[in-house]
Amino acid sequence: MGSSRILILIAQRIAMGVLLLFAVSALIFAGTQILPGDVAQSILGQAATPQALANLREELGLNDPAIVRYFRWLGGVLTGDLGTALSNGRDIASSLEDRLGNTLFLAAIAAIVSVPLAILLGLLAVRYRNGAIDKIISGLALASTSLPEFFIGYVLMLFFAVKLQWFPSVSTVYDTMSFVEKLRAVALPATALTFVVLAHMMRMTRAAILNVMQSAYIETAELKGLSPFQIIRRHAFPNAVAPIVNVVMLNLAYLVVGVVVIEVIFVYPGLGQYLVDHVTKRDVPVVQAVGLIFAAVYIGLNMIADIVAILANPRLRNPR
Amino acid sequence: MLDIRQIPIGALLGLIITTLLVLSAILAPLIAPYGIGQIVGGVWEPATSEHWLGTDNLGRDLLTRMIYGGRITIFIAALATALSFILGSVLGFTAAVVGGWFDTIMSRLVDLLMSIPTLIFGLVVLSVLPSSTLTLILVMGILDSTRVYRLARAVAVDINVMDFVEAAKLRGEGRAWIIFREILPNALSPLVAELGLRFIFAVLFLSALSFLGLGVQPPESDWGGMVRENKEGIVFGIPAALIPAGAIAALSISVNLVADWVLNRTSDLKGGRGNA
Amino acid sequence: MPDAGGTETLLDIRDLRIEATVYAPGEDPRDVVIVDGISFKLAKGRVLGLIGESGAGKSTIGLSSMGYGRGGVRITGGEIIVNGRDIRKLGPRGLRKLRGSEVCYVAQSAAAAFNPAHKLMDQVVEAALRHGTANRREAEARAVELFRKLSLPNPETIGKRYPHQVSGGQLQRVMTAMALCSKPDLIVFDEPTTALDVTTQIDVLAAIKDAIADTHVAALYITHDLAVVAQVSDEIMVLRHGKMIEHGETRQIIEAPRKDYTKALVSVRSIEHEEKKPATQPILRVEDVTAAYGGGVVRVLQDVSVDIFPGQTLAVVGESGSGKSTLARVITGLLPPLEGTVSFEGRPLPPRLANRTKDDLRELQMIYQMADVAMNPRQTVKTIIGRPLEFYFGMRGAERDRRVAELLEEIEMGKGFADRYPAELSGGQKQRVCIARALAAKPKLIICDEVTSALDPLVADGILKLLLDLQKREDVAYLFITHDLATVRAIADSIAVMYQGKVVRYGTKTEVLTPPYDDYTELLLSSVPEMEVGWLEKAIAGRRMEAAGN
Repeated sequence: MGSSRILILIAQRIAMGVLLLFAVSALIFAGTQILPGDVAQSILGQAATPQALANLREELGLNDPAIVRYFRWLGGVLTGDLGTALSNGRDIASSLEDRLGNTLFLAAIAAIVSVPLAILLGLLAVRYRNGAIDKIISGLALASTSLPEFFIGYVLMLFFAVKLQWFPSVSTVYDTMSFVEKLRAVALPATALTFVVLAHMMRMTRAAILNVMQSAYIETAELKGLSPFQIIRRHAFPNAVAPIVNVVMLNLAYLVVGVVVIEVIFVYPGLGQYLVDHVTKRDVPVVQAVGLIFAAVYIGLNMIADIVAILANPRLRNPR
Repeated sequence: MLDIRQIPIGALLGLIITTLLVLSAILAPLIAPYGIGQIVGGVWEPATSEHWLGTDNLGRDLLTRMIYGGRITIFIAALATALSFILGSVLGFTAAVVGGWFDTIMSRLVDLLMSIPTLIFGLVVLSVLPSSTLTLILVMGILDSTRVYRLARAVAVDINVMDFVEAAKLRGEGRAWIIFREILPNALSPLVAELGLRFIFAVLFLSALSFLGLGVQPPESDWGGMVRENKEGIVFGIPAALIPAGAIAALSISVNLVADWVLNRTSDLKGGRGNA
Repeated sequence: MPDAGGTETLLDIRDLRIEATVYAPGEDPRDVVIVDGISFKLAKGRVLGLIGESGAGKSTIGLSSMGYGRGGVRITGGEIIVNGRDIRKLGPRGLRKLRGSEVCYVAQSAAAAFNPAHKLMDQVVEAALRHGTANRREAEARAVELFRKLSLPNPETIGKRYPHQVSGGQLQRVMTAMALCSKPDLIVFDEPTTALDVTTQIDVLAAIKDAIADTHVAALYITHDLAVVAQVSDEIMVLRHGKMIEHGETRQIIEAPRKDYTKALVSVRSIEHEEKKPATQPILRVEDVTAAYGGGVVRVLQDVSVDIFPGQTLAVVGESGSGKSTLARVITGLLPPLEGTVSFEGRPLPPRLANRTKDDLRELQMIYQMADVAMNPRQTVKTIIGRPLEFYFGMRGAERDRRVAELLEEIEMGKGFADRYPAELSGGQKQRVCIARALAAKPKLIICDEVTSALDPLVADGILKLLLDLQKREDVAYLFITHDLATVRAIADSIAVMYQGKVVRYGTKTEVLTPPYDDYTELLLSSVPEMEVGWLEKAIAGRRMEAAGN
C-alpha cells in the first residue's frame, strides 16, 4: 500500500527529470542559435565564397528549419552519435570517452575525500555549537565560499608542486599509468576541488543536523534520560539521513561544475578542459554535446537527491 | 543614527576594504603610478620601491594593472548585478502579486534555466556570441536574474498573504499602494543582503570566465584575466598570478562580511525599523 | 520526611532562581531572571497546578524539576529536591537516570514531540527499557493497559502506528501513556490540552485525570487556563513574571482567592452584557450561502443564513474547520460564494471585492486574530490609523493628526503612541491599534475574527470591555467569530453555532443557550470547562447518563 504510493512518486520524479532533460537539450540547442551566422561560416571562415557556403550548408543540412535540425541532433544524441567536431573533424563521442572517464575519476577522488570530511566537520560544528570550533569552521566556510577556484588552485600549486616539489604541477594522466601514479597526478586538483565544495557542504550539513537536533522529539528523548549517543543513534540519525544525503547530492552536482576551472588550472585532460578549449574555438557541436553531458549529470544528481528524500520520509512510507 | 562602534569588527573591516577597492577603481587614472600598457621593466621583476607589486609577464607595472583591472572587474560585476536585480525583482514581484498564468510561465522558465549550471550555460552561449563587454554584462545579468527572481517572488508571496496586506486590499487600496507601500518596505532588507551576495557571485563568475579566456578580452584585462596572463609564472615560483586572485578573494570576502551583517541586523521582520 | 498532610514529600523546591541569556538582534546579550524565589513542596500522589500568563515562568519551573533548561535557560539558585536528593548536585549521568524513570514529561504539542521515524509503541516503552525498569514484553503489556485506561481506540494495535497516523487528541493521550509507562513518581504536564479543540479537550482531560488517580503518580500541571487546572489539581500556584503570587488548595484559590491578581484571573470573562432585542431591519443579511475552495472542490460552507442587526453583536461559534472564518471571507468579498447572497442595508453586495464601492468597503471593517501580522511593521501607529482617514475621507496634515489622537484616546492609549512602530507595542496595545484602524473608517459593521484568542485572559478581557464600550458609543454592529463560549456569553446578542460548514443552531443568545439543545450544541456547551471545582466529574457523568439514556 505504502510502497505503491512511493513508487508512483519516484516514477513521477524520474519522469520529471527526463522531461527536464529534454527541455534542457532544447534550451542548449536554442542557446547556440541566438546569432545569425552558422556552422558553415565557422568552418570556412569570413573569406568563404557564397557558393562554397551554400554547398556546405546543403551538405550539412543547415537549410532545414531549426526545429528539424534540433530533432536530428537529438536523435543523434539518443543513439550515441554526438556528431563531429568542426575544429578537427573527429567524432565527438569517441574523443569524449577518455575525457569523461578522467573527469569522473577526479570528481570521485574529490568526493571520497570531501563527503566524509564535510559530514564530520558538520557534526563537530553542531556538537560544539557557538564554541570556538564552530566559529573557526564557519569562518573558514565564509572564506572558502568567497575564494575563486584559481586562487586555491595556484596557491596549492605554488607550494606543493613548485616549492616543495611533492606533486607534479601539471596533472597529466594517460592510460598506461598505474593507479598510484594517477592518484599522485590528481592529488592537487582533487585537493583544490575538495576545498571548493567542502565549506558549502559542511555548512549545509550543519544546518540539516541542527534542524533535526532542535526538533521537539529530540527534547522528548533527552527528557526520557537517553544518553547523547542513544539520542543521536535512535532519534537524530534516522531523521537526519535524508537531509544529509540531499546535501551531499546537491554538492556533488556543484562539484561537477567546479571541475571545469580546476581542470584548466592543472591542465588536466578532462571534459571541462575540452569544453573550454572548444568554446574558445567556437566549435558549436562539441560545446552542445559537452554542455548536455554536464547538464545531465547535474540534473541526475539533483533527481537522486529528491528520490532519497522521498524514500526517507516516514509519512510517505507509512501513509495513513 | 548608526553608531560605528556598534558595527562588528568583521563587518567594519569588510566595509573599509570594500570602500578602498571601490575608491581605487573610481580614481584609477589619478592614483595609478604608470600607464596601463606601459612597459616599465623586465618580465616578472620582484617588488621594489618603484614597483610595489613588481612587474607582470610583459614587464608592466603590476600595481597599475591591478588598479585598472579592479576598475573593469567592479564595473562589469556591478552592471551585471544591477541588471539581474532590476530584471529579477521586477519580474518576481509582478509574478507574486499578479499570479495566474504569468506566474506559472515565469516560474517554470526560471526552473528550467536554473536546472543547468550557470557556468555551463554561460559557456554554451558565449561559444556563439561575440566577445564584448556588453555581451558579458547581458549574459551574466540575465543568467543571475533567475536567482533574484526566486528570492523576490518568495519574499513577496510571503508578505502578500499576510494580514496587513489583506487589510489593505479590504480597504480598497490599488495595486501600486500594495506593492510600493505594503510589500516593498518589508522586502527591502532581504533583497539588500542578497544584493551583496549577487555582486560576489558576479565578481567570481566574471573572474572565472576571464581566467578561462572567455571573459574580458586582451588588451584590456580584469583581475581574472590578469591571473590568466601571469599563470605561467607559478611554475617558476613567481606568485604574480596570486595577487589579482587574492584581490578577488579580498573583495568578495569583504562584501560577504558586510552582507552577512546587513542580513543579521534586519532579518527579523517583526523587529521593526532597520536602525532600531 | 512527612509533611503536614502526613504524606511523604516527593518534590521540594526551595528558593528557585532561573536565568536566561537573551540574544536580541543588534544588542549585546544580556541575562534576565525568569524565575525568582519560588519555593513549594509536593507530596506523593498530589497534583499541583502551575498557572500564569505567558512569560510567567511556569514551564521553566516544570522542566527544572527534571534538571532541564530549554534553550540557554540556566538554574542559578536554590535547591530542587526530588525523592530526598538535590538534583542540582547530580551530574549528567545522575540526571539521565532521573529523567524518564522518576520524572516524566508530557509536552503541549505531542505531534512534534513524537519522532516521526518510529512507531508509537517503540517510543512509549523506550524509557522503561533504557532504564531497565521492565523488559520489552512487560513494558508493552503495560503500555496496552495504559492505552486502554486512557480510552484510546484499538489499544492492542494502536502502538503499531506511526505518529502521523493518529489524531492530535489521541497522540496527546499516547504521550501521557508514554510518561506513565515507566512508573514515574512525578509527571510534568506542560499545557497538554491547549492545542486541542474544546470538545476533544474534555475527553483528554478526563483521561489524564483518571490515569493520575489510578497510578497514584504526582503531577505538575502547567496551563494558562484556570478553569482547566481547577478540574485536575489538588492545589494551585499562581505565577506572574517569574514570581509566586498565591499558592493554596484548589478550592480556596477558585472560591476565595486572596490576592488581587488571582481574583482578576478567577473573575475573568464574567462581563455582564444585557442582550438587545433584534431590530426589524438587519444591517447585514447572509442568505443561503454555499462556498468552496479549489474551484468548488472542497465545500466549506453549506446553505448558511444569518442576520446581523444594527448596533448588535452576532457571535459565530465553532471549532477549527467549522467554516466560521470562511464565512468572514465571503462577507468581505475575498471569497465569492458559489450560491447565495450577502446584502448590506437591504441592497445586495457584489460578491467580489473588486466590484464593491469604496463606501461598501468603508462600512464593513475587519479586525484580525494576530494583531502583529495585521499591521505593517514598517509603518508607525499614526500611518496605520491615519491611512483609512486619508483614504476614505481625504483628511490630511493637522486635521488627520488630530483625528488620530482622538481615536487613540478612544482606545484608551493616548497620543504619545502615534510615533511608535508595532514592534514597540504590547500584544493588547497592538490589538487596540487594530480596533482604532477599523473605527477610523466609521464603519457600521466590524468583523472580529478570534480577536482575543491570542491574548492572555486579563488582556483579552480588557479588549472585550473596550469593544462593548465602543458599541454603545458608536452604535456599530459586530460579527464576532470565536471558538470560546465564555467570550460569546460575554458579548453576544445573538449566536450562530457552526459545525462542519453548516449553521446548526441560530437565534438570540437566550434562545441558543436555553435547552433543549441539538446534539452538537449540547456537546460544545458541556465541553467548556467552568471555573468550578468538580465540574469535570459532573460533565462526564452527564455524558454517561446521556449515553445510557439513548
